[in-house]
Amino acid sequence: MNGERGTSEKKEMTMLQIENLHARIQDDGTEILKGIDLTIRAGEVHAIMGPNGSGKSTLAHVLSGRDGYEVTAGRVLYQGKDLLAMAPEIRAREGVFLSFQYPVEIPGVANTYFLRMSLNAVRKHRGLPEIDAMDFMELIEGKAKLLEMEDALMARSVNEGFSGGEKKRNEIFQMAVLDPKLAILDETDSGLDIDALRVVATGINALRSPERAMLVITHYQRLLNYIEPDVVHVLADGRIVKTGDRTLAHLLEEKGYGWIEAEGAAAGTTAAVAKG
Amino acid sequence: MSSQNPVLDELTSQEYQHGFVTDIASDSFLPGLDEEVIRKLSAIKGEPEWLLEWRLKAYRHWLTMKEPTWAMVHYPAIDYQKIVYYSAPKTQKDGPKSLADVDPELLATYEKLGVPLEERAILAGVAVDAVFDSVSVATTFREKLSEMGVIFCSFSEAVKSHPELVRKYLGSVVPQGDNFFAALNSAVFSDGSFCYIPKGVTCPMELSTYFRINQANTGQFERTLIIAAEGATVSYLEGCTAPKRDTNQLHAAVVELVALDDAKIKYSTVQNWYPGDREGKGGIYNFVTKRGKCAGKRSRISWTQVETGSAITWKYPSCVLLGDDSVGEFYSVALANSFQQADTGTKMIHIGKNTRSTIVSKGISAGHGQNTYRGQVWIQKGAEGARNHSQCDSLLLGAHCGAHTFPDIQVKNSTAQLEHEASTSKIGEDQLFYCRQRGLSNEDAVSMIVNGFARRVLKELPMEFAVEAQKLLGVSLEGSVG
Repeated sequence: MNGERGTSEKKEMTMLQIENLHARIQDDGTEILKGIDLTIRAGEVHAIMGPNGSGKSTLAHVLSGRDGYEVTAGRVLYQGKDLLAMAPEIRAREGVFLSFQYPVEIPGVANTYFLRMSLNAVRKHRGLPEIDAMDFMELIEGKAKLLEMEDALMARSVNEGFSGGEKKRNEIFQMAVLDPKLAILDETDSGLDIDALRVVATGINALRSPERAMLVITHYQRLLNYIEPDVVHVLADGRIVKTGDRTLAHLLEEKGYGWIEAEGAAAGTTAAVAKG
Repeated sequence: MSSQNPVLDELTSQEYQHGFVTDIASDSFLPGLDEEVIRKLSAIKGEPEWLLEWRLKAYRHWLTMKEPTWAMVHYPAIDYQKIVYYSAPKTQKDGPKSLADVDPELLATYEKLGVPLEERAILAGVAVDAVFDSVSVATTFREKLSEMGVIFCSFSEAVKSHPELVRKYLGSVVPQGDNFFAALNSAVFSDGSFCYIPKGVTCPMELSTYFRINQANTGQFERTLIIAAEGATVSYLEGCTAPKRDTNQLHAAVVELVALDDAKIKYSTVQNWYPGDREGKGGIYNFVTKRGKCAGKRSRISWTQVETGSAITWKYPSCVLLGDDSVGEFYSVALANSFQQADTGTKMIHIGKNTRSTIVSKGISAGHGQNTYRGQVWIQKGAEGARNHSQCDSLLLGAHCGAHTFPDIQVKNSTAQLEHEASTSKIGEDQLFYCRQRGLSNEDAVSMIVNGFARRVLKELPMEFAVEAQKLLGVSLEGSVG
């Protein structure tokens, strides 16, 4: 399997190691993640697919430190460090980037100003000097072109009045500027028409690098036509029930999630399937 | 208000210890107020008879008035006989002798605001040479201004050097008996600013009260009068960026603006009086009457305020749109954190034809703060074609604060067009998390979101003020979201 190829053929650094992760919703105690095991090495792109309600977004939220979830068991190591012990902003500064499924509007705050503040927070954490407005504009120029971010979009308030496609392009543009080590893309394809999808995917592909790991969360196979993952995991009811290469995504597209769930049930224990 | 009666009772039944102590080290009146105090105050300032009479008339009227209770503010009764109504500039003897004597929390705030060390000393009321430097700086500017015919001086000076102008316009916008606090101010005002821009002159620089901030110790009852003659333009800044150390001090100022034909006055305030501590102890009671009269045709008066300080803010900078085609504007950011109470807004009185007004109010509430917008838009019978646009937005941070809106719209002319927009929002968990996921600390995120919310108003401020106001909003909210 691709995952194993990573260790045997190349000595890539382990970027993210999730072990037996259990998490529930704080308010009502509903358990969403029921024992996730996942290892991603630098340079790899993993896709997590699954039906609605399988826990895909919860996984993204727990990894990025959003309030409202309680981890009840397991651990997550990011570059060997305890990720769950870090505040959300520390995770971000350490290089964890979440591309939001629903990017948030911040009225009155210019897009470029926001991004510069963000970049400087990250730079400061890494012991780099803050970047001034002039140098910043130079730095973002090429990246803005890559994501087809028009000047007007850069000057407007963060995500305010942006179309669905513009919001997602803006997310990937931020990612390009912030240069994270681990990018979690939560349903980046949702709400995109085919042209916007192409732009976003081109941006993401340009950011693939041996130093960076990506976790692509998606409901549909469609995005994976553009971003070819090294590994595909299927998440169902809070567990990874199947892991395979990119052909798994095509199988899912053909047969639907019902097929996996049925197979999982037949196998008796989903964990066994996941480790395949 | 019930609290008023004991004061009046005391007034009428007792003799008060008052009087002027001649000892230089304590060059101030004893607490208390009666006609004798006003006579002495007027005599010390060498005022003409008519001004003394004007003060006394205000005082006699004040005695018949009751403290207003309609505002959404609550505070213990003010004992007007415990207030010192005149105090000469403090000498080194009473003020803190060095920065080491000043409250460290206050100094920390200045540092965060980026106020240079020397200015910090001035703001904290430390008597240093720099104080005198800045006075001389003010004088230099004044000479330059006087070449253009602009008069910019203290109110006391204006009474002596330009009595005819003062007499003509004093009380012409805010009459002595206008309201309880304006009447009190009219009786006992100690000093303030006077500004006259002659016909056709555009004032070449922003005028500011900043230079006199060291003198602010002397009077909580300032009086400001600004007159822009035909075709004149002026931008005036009022910076109350010195948080005071005193507790529950009453500050009752009056500002009058007069704009003649085609004149423009822009009046900007950044108010950061001491707001009291986290538990709500201390702080300034800020009861201020500000009003502008667009007396001339096509005149324009614009108020911009950023109110972050004071325990209580009671303030409604208003425009009387008398001249045809005149324009009134009010841009406001009011922040109430901890136990601060802000009741602020505006009045737009449309009298002339085709008069226009714009109101943009942004209220921010945090901690246990209570923020009230109170606005009146009155379209009088003769105001053909009047227009008003009002926008009132409230932002809530946390679960214990409050936002209240009281718009009062009265229209007596059917050709008027009015729009009123209002919104209330909570600072979103989503917004905070989004910022934090991009590496910003919680506090930086709050500051950024709040500044974004207030941007429409902040951009009306002159540049340096806008920067200061932005920092101030951030500093004032520190620790309010955890």
